[in-house]
Amino acid sequence: MDITATKPGFDWRKRRFLLIEGAIVLAIILLLIFVIPPFLVSIGQAFRVNLLGRYLALAIVALGIDIIWGYTGILSLGHGLFFALGGYALAMYLQLQPDGQLPDFFSLYGVESLPIFWQPFSSLPFTIFAAIIIPTVVAAVLGYLVFRNRIRGVYFAILTQAALIVFFNFFNGQQKLINGTNGLKTDTATIFGQTVGSSTVQWSFYMLTVVLLAVAYALCRWLTSGRLGRLLIAIRDDEPRVRFTGYDPTAFKVLVFAASAGLAGMSGALYTVQSGIITPKAMDIAFSIEMVIWVAVGGRASLIGAILGTLIVNFAKSFLSEKFPEVWLFFQGALFLIVVTVLPGGLVGWVRSQGLDYSRTLLRGKQRVTTYPSLEEDPDVEYERQDLTNRKSDG
Amino acid sequence: MLSGLLDGIFSGISIGSVLLLAALGLAIVFGLMGVINMAHGEIMMLGAYTTFVVQNVFKGFGGVWFDLYIFFALIAAFIVTALFGLVLERGVIRYLYGRPLETLLATWGVSLILQQFVRSVSWVLVIGIVLFCLLFFGALKFLSRRPDFDRIRNWVITIMLPLSAAIAIVTGIVIGQTYKLAATKPWFGAQNVDVTAPRWLRGGLPVGDFQLSYARIFIIVLTITCVVAVYLFLNRSAWGLRIRSVTQNRSMSACLGIPTQKVDALTFALGSGLAGIAGCAVSLLGSVGPNTGQNYIVDTFMVVVVGGVGKLVGSIVAAMVIGTATYLVGSGTLANLLEPVKPLADFFTFFATTSMAKVMVFALIVVFLQFRPAGLFPQKGRTVDA
Repeated sequence: MDITATKPGFDWRKRRFLLIEGAIVLAIILLLIFVIPPFLVSIGQAFRVNLLGRYLALAIVALGIDIIWGYTGILSLGHGLFFALGGYALAMYLQLQPDGQLPDFFSLYGVESLPIFWQPFSSLPFTIFAAIIIPTVVAAVLGYLVFRNRIRGVYFAILTQAALIVFFNFFNGQQKLINGTNGLKTDTATIFGQTVGSSTVQWSFYMLTVVLLAVAYALCRWLTSGRLGRLLIAIRDDEPRVRFTGYDPTAFKVLVFAASAGLAGMSGALYTVQSGIITPKAMDIAFSIEMVIWVAVGGRASLIGAILGTLIVNFAKSFLSEKFPEVWLFFQGALFLIVVTVLPGGLVGWVRSQGLDYSRTLLRGKQRVTTYPSLEEDPDVEYERQDLTNRKSDG
Repeated sequence: MLSGLLDGIFSGISIGSVLLLAALGLAIVFGLMGVINMAHGEIMMLGAYTTFVVQNVFKGFGGVWFDLYIFFALIAAFIVTALFGLVLERGVIRYLYGRPLETLLATWGVSLILQQFVRSVSWVLVIGIVLFCLLFFGALKFLSRRPDFDRIRNWVITIMLPLSAAIAIVTGIVIGQTYKLAATKPWFGAQNVDVTAPRWLRGGLPVGDFQLSYARIFIIVLTITCVVAVYLFLNRSAWGLRIRSVTQNRSMSACLGIPTQKVDALTFALGSGLAGIAGCAVSLLGSVGPNTGQNYIVDTFMVVVVGGVGKLVGSIVAAMVIGTATYLVGSGTLANLLEPVKPLADFFTFFATTSMAKVMVFALIVVFLQFRPAGLFPQKGRTVDA
């Protein structure tokens, strides 16, 4: 109360922006739930609703990558690991429904009793907890071990990739524990007495995804604004300097890495129920790097960009692989090259830096003056500028 | 018992030498230039496919020629991949120095393109690409003579890019319609291709009750030759001296008149060429497919990271240790040796498959890096890195 009294104008404005942003997010949620799905159904593209739900789930992991890569400058190429852990947690719960009997595939390998680590997954609260907490803990341990030694940059990226391969090989090879290569199917399982693959359950998961995406957005927004957000950006831009200023970058990096892994776990769980299966392929190296390109296309260090990028790239992927399956890899490769060389800020970054100016030029026909007005009018400066252009065109 | 151990060591060294051969180019590019080349595995694959082509050509000659094709294949693979590396460095990577994470993503993009390229390469595709390059870069080259090129550059690109792409695509479609399958049939397709080793590389040298396969001995010899050659090149030749000086201090080298851009291009081409030789060697061990490169990329990075960046000897030791450890754990030799100690034997039996051995070795590497974050042989000296 007294804070608003001391700085009324500032705080009021900030609050107004926050309110506007909240209203926009709410509007988008309502749009995604009440307008877009009926529209897609009406034009006979009902399966696109399911695709949209999956891609919105993927947008959550993209948010996670954005907060570590875009804001903190840690490039993880192993987020498929956390994604898969979340997916497997929920899939294990669904396999044990309705009454905790032994899942069918175990009989193929002659396993008689449920392995111990499956036991707790018969409870839903534990599963929801585990789908987020297990990836978080794995990431925190891995992150602590690595960041403590000041391993960073490309070394960190390669190490996360190695961790990914470790888990991939483990999940792929252990038929007797988690059905190996075949993965766990979820769409034939039942939840609350209904088949997971049925349209009502899928529809509720779609709504849940939209809401959780908004929650994840709010969380990332909170993490990246204020003092913590500025500290993360400082770590990205000059980590030694942050250390010399008296902060401990390791703690913050572990925190943000763990948070992003938690988001990946949530995303994996939501994606799994909507796609109907989780296999070790979710821990493919290519899939994890693909996540990075979603963020890069949308625009790193921009949360909206991460979500937009995920949707754009994935819909482009589904469109291209339907029409020209051969072109997709070429297209994806070109996307990597273009984003890195020509559009380092992604779409949102481009709009921020140049797009506004361009549209202004188109509308009004003149460019905004970006230097000091007095300089623009100074005849000496004008002369020198002319001189420089002449010299350039001569040489 | 003894022969089992001998077999283990030989197999370990031979796995290690493949790793080392694959990692050698990476160690040069990553260690000396700080560039993460995710397309390294795909460049190896390119070398392997070159071997396949050379083999098919020499099959036509028959006789003695076919027995000796492997040497020509090695040279061809080196040249093809080195040229590709040169183009890659000039075209993409030189804009990205000092931004290692961006380089990583860009080279990953290149690796995806290469994978799909070998799947769908056909006469039509090649003609289309050549036509596009001629039109687009030819126009750029031609117009760059104009005095006001800087001003119109963006316009030229916006017009010429879609125009030349459209011309190339239309020509491709027309050729495809006229010549049908002869022009559109993929050269290699998505399936793996098999390289037949020449007759003198098949079979093996019997030692005791197991065989030393000739192909593996050949790879070990090849690896030793390559390591020695690279060592001599870096330490005894003028260009090697320049490469090393640029590695140590780029701006000071530039001040002293060393053409750093040429050095960069040369180093990258050399690294890629070594990858091509590795690909040629790999093709002797099994069939080669578009995904061959993916299997090697993380393993080779592990070799470089464990060995320590910038030192060849580190890569050698790391490759041998990783190779031997993977084999000993994966083949169950270690589990057999530890039979008397029951719990340990059970533990190692759990890891006694190729993929589980990888799990264990990578976990050990993460632990190892806790004690030596900079690898086995870290670079000594003062760095700005705090």
